[in-house]
Amino acid sequence: MIPVLLIFIPLVTGLIGFLLKSEKTARGWALLSSLVTLVVALTGAGVAGGGVAGGANPMLHADVAWLPDLGSRFTVGLDGLSLILSLLTAISFPLIFIATWRDQYKRAWNFYALMLLSQTGLLGVFLAQDALLFYFFWELALIPVYFLCSQWGGERRIAATFKFFVYTFLGSLLMLVGIIWLYFHTPDHSFSMASFYELHNHIANSDQTWVFWLLFIAFAIKMPIWPLHTWQPDTYEQSPTAVTMVLSAIMVKMGLFGVIRWLAPVLPIGTWAWGDTVSVACIIGMIYASLVAMKQNDLKRLLAYSSIAHVGLMALAIFATDSTGMQGVMIQMFNHGINILGMWIVVDLIERQFGTRKISELGGLAKTAPGLAILLVIVALGNVALPLTNGFIGEFLLFTGVFTSTATAYSVVFTVVAAVTIILGAIYTLNMIQRVFYGPVNSLTSRAMDISLNEKLVLSVIVVLILFIGVFPGPVLAMTKEFSEFILTKMAYK
Amino acid sequence: MMFSGIFTTSKRAIRNVAVVGLAILLVVNYLDLLGHHLFNIDVHKMLYFDTFGILGNSIAFGSTLLYVLLSGRDMERVGNNLAEYFALIFFVLCGVTIITTFNTLLMLFLGIEIISIPLYILTGSDKRNLKSNEAALKYFLMGSFSTGLMLLGIAFLYGASPTGTFFIDDLWSGKGVSPVFMAGLLLLLVSMAFKVSAAPFHFWTPDVYDGAPTVFTSFMATIVKVSIFVGFVRLFDEAFGESQERWQIFVAIITAATLFIGNVTAVFQQSVKRMLAYSSIAQAGFMLLALLALNGVAKEGIILYAAAYSIATIGIFAILIRMKDYTFEGFNGLARQQPVLAATCTIFLLSLAGIPLTGGFFAKYYMLSSVVATGHFLWLVIFSVLCAAVSVYYYFRVIQAMYFKEGDGTTETEPGAGFKGLLVVLAAIVVILGVCPQSLLSQLTKMIYTW
Repeated sequence: MIPVLLIFIPLVTGLIGFLLKSEKTARGWALLSSLVTLVVALTGAGVAGGGVAGGANPMLHADVAWLPDLGSRFTVGLDGLSLILSLLTAISFPLIFIATWRDQYKRAWNFYALMLLSQTGLLGVFLAQDALLFYFFWELALIPVYFLCSQWGGERRIAATFKFFVYTFLGSLLMLVGIIWLYFHTPDHSFSMASFYELHNHIANSDQTWVFWLLFIAFAIKMPIWPLHTWQPDTYEQSPTAVTMVLSAIMVKMGLFGVIRWLAPVLPIGTWAWGDTVSVACIIGMIYASLVAMKQNDLKRLLAYSSIAHVGLMALAIFATDSTGMQGVMIQMFNHGINILGMWIVVDLIERQFGTRKISELGGLAKTAPGLAILLVIVALGNVALPLTNGFIGEFLLFTGVFTSTATAYSVVFTVVAAVTIILGAIYTLNMIQRVFYGPVNSLTSRAMDISLNEKLVLSVIVVLILFIGVFPGPVLAMTKEFSEFILTKMAYK
Repeated sequence: MMFSGIFTTSKRAIRNVAVVGLAILLVVNYLDLLGHHLFNIDVHKMLYFDTFGILGNSIAFGSTLLYVLLSGRDMERVGNNLAEYFALIFFVLCGVTIITTFNTLLMLFLGIEIISIPLYILTGSDKRNLKSNEAALKYFLMGSFSTGLMLLGIAFLYGASPTGTFFIDDLWSGKGVSPVFMAGLLLLLVSMAFKVSAAPFHFWTPDVYDGAPTVFTSFMATIVKVSIFVGFVRLFDEAFGESQERWQIFVAIITAATLFIGNVTAVFQQSVKRMLAYSSIAQAGFMLLALLALNGVAKEGIILYAAAYSIATIGIFAILIRMKDYTFEGFNGLARQQPVLAATCTIFLLSLAGIPLTGGFFAKYYMLSSVVATGHFLWLVIFSVLCAAVSVYYYFRVIQAMYFKEGDGTTETEPGAGFKGLLVVLAAIVVILGVCPQSLLSQLTKMIYTW
């Protein structure tokens, strides 16, 4: 029941949104819709309680015939993984709408309607428990974002978005071939998650190793993992900030989610066999992205590269095949979403006030906008995983997982090299804060105003979440424990 | 032997007669599908009306109906002989019926000729336009050459068959493949590939599609093409199904070439009309996957593909005809001027690109899974999805032009409410096919079991 509502509320309100011909109404309508979705998602979390009981609760599952001839059903459900990501999606959208309340869009009703449709796609991806349905939503999440970026983005938007679209579409198609191939190897010719999870008994190890890539490329592009990341900085830079928030806070999690849900448990041998290869790619990507981030002068590009580094660490932990690490991935997906959202809000604020994102043109903001500075510093500390923030919990679990991993012979090397990127991350983040917020006030920043109510509100919510999870991580740990152990039983590679 | 879908030509020159005639045809066809036969004619087993053929007919009639409703008015602008145009279109439909239901090679040949000859005339119907004349001549020369090859192939097969028969079921002796049989088979493959404009026999397509009056290009690229495909699948399934391994590799090569040439060349086009010509080649490549697989999934899929492709392409052409400028620049900023046209056109293009939520997705899905089901030729499947990714480039160029580029792309005359309404209906059909194709699918599955 709840998952169905989660998908259909944004869908229906989004379609209605196209018909509202006033900017104000559309904006209010979108916020209202996203708040309702949030309430439903929180209810879902409440019903699920601490641990998520598997399967039984009718409130958390829905299963309707969709394409019986193809063996595909409309099956959606909330378990530990989908719950935490649905919560992330449901929390992010209202925050995004509030934070960008003052952004002006031409034909805003279309903008908000497409935003809601992309939320539909995202929630559908996280909730679907049927491979074909998953693919459906996977694409559905992409199309609105394509239109959003191309219509309301920056100067080079058309080329950048197009690159993004072709990249991801190519990945999706390969994934489709992979899904079809797997489908024909299920004994009961079904797309259901349960059948897919039994597949490893029916597929030869040699087949697993190449089918792995059909699926993994799609996920790797979405995350993105080096060397498939080249679409990302351009797209982030050129998209309107609200869309960039969706992309980096939620959409990159689709790739990680895809690996956890549809790849690792379905093809455990393939995942294990290529684990080291992928891990090396992750590590290269993390170091590379961190180094590039240090040299960036554009705030958006800096955050884009930092995002690549963070996601790389999470992907690394997935392939470590360790229960603690898996929990860390799930928690860190949520944390990273929240933290990066906070960072984007600040960037949006700065850009709107000063008309520039160049770090070199800014400085001394802490004097003129103290409220902003305090909140940003906390968000940034969460981003560099200082203790008492949520990032620390997540990354601690991730590193523990990678370090104790038995799936790879190089766990120590991976841990050490990955830890270096944390230091690099601290360098570029703190450096950015220093140059933007401290130092001499220049003519541009001297007329800065402190943040207004709506932004203060959003950033406060984010800061509260950061500190809450950082100090009191019990609930999120409980929420993810059962599922990570479940996935680990499916990922048994021995 | 049932026989009730055949009809004669239209007698009157009024569009309404054509519409009514088509509607009646569609209804009769549907009744036939349900098992009510209005009358029976003995055709001496020359034609065989199974569900597959009748479904193919339904799609041909249905899309022609939509086509006439959408673009019938534009035919008047081609020339003065409106009645003749309609008569020719109905001749073609007659050929289509034969080709979807033929049971002997003779009927196949007859059907192909009945389709082709009116098309030569239609292509050249814009008499004062040099390009139209050139296209007609080119089409005629190439077409008759391929017909010659087909006849030769039929003769070979006749000679090779153990009992000297034209019936497609009895062509193969069941014991090995003689060189003569193989030669006949390949000749038929080549000539049919020519008719569906598969590479490397596609060279006529862009020029003919470009030169012909746009209304008739729309007709050729959709209804005619998919019907011949239905016949193509039928021929190879019934006649050569058992000797599949021997010719599969040729089809695979043709498919790969068609996909590659169609998609890559379409990228470089400046005119939307020419782009659509190449895109139709590329789409033919996808349909060829069904010919390669020839299993239940493939047969369901080709019908679905035929429907999804025809509807989307007819829609795009109907919009294209109304445009002032056929280049990509001509579409710049269309979304401002004509939001309905732009929105529906976007849905059609998304469908052609095979994006989920549109009929085109399931069509492509079926094609891919039919080949995956055979367990061979996985390289071709991966190659074809790479090509599909290329196709996004040129389809999205139109979308980009309409929505994201500034310009004053506009139609020649303000389209009427009826036209817009029909486009919306068409777009709705595309989306319904993409969200819940169940109604059509269950019909198709039934067909596979009854066959």
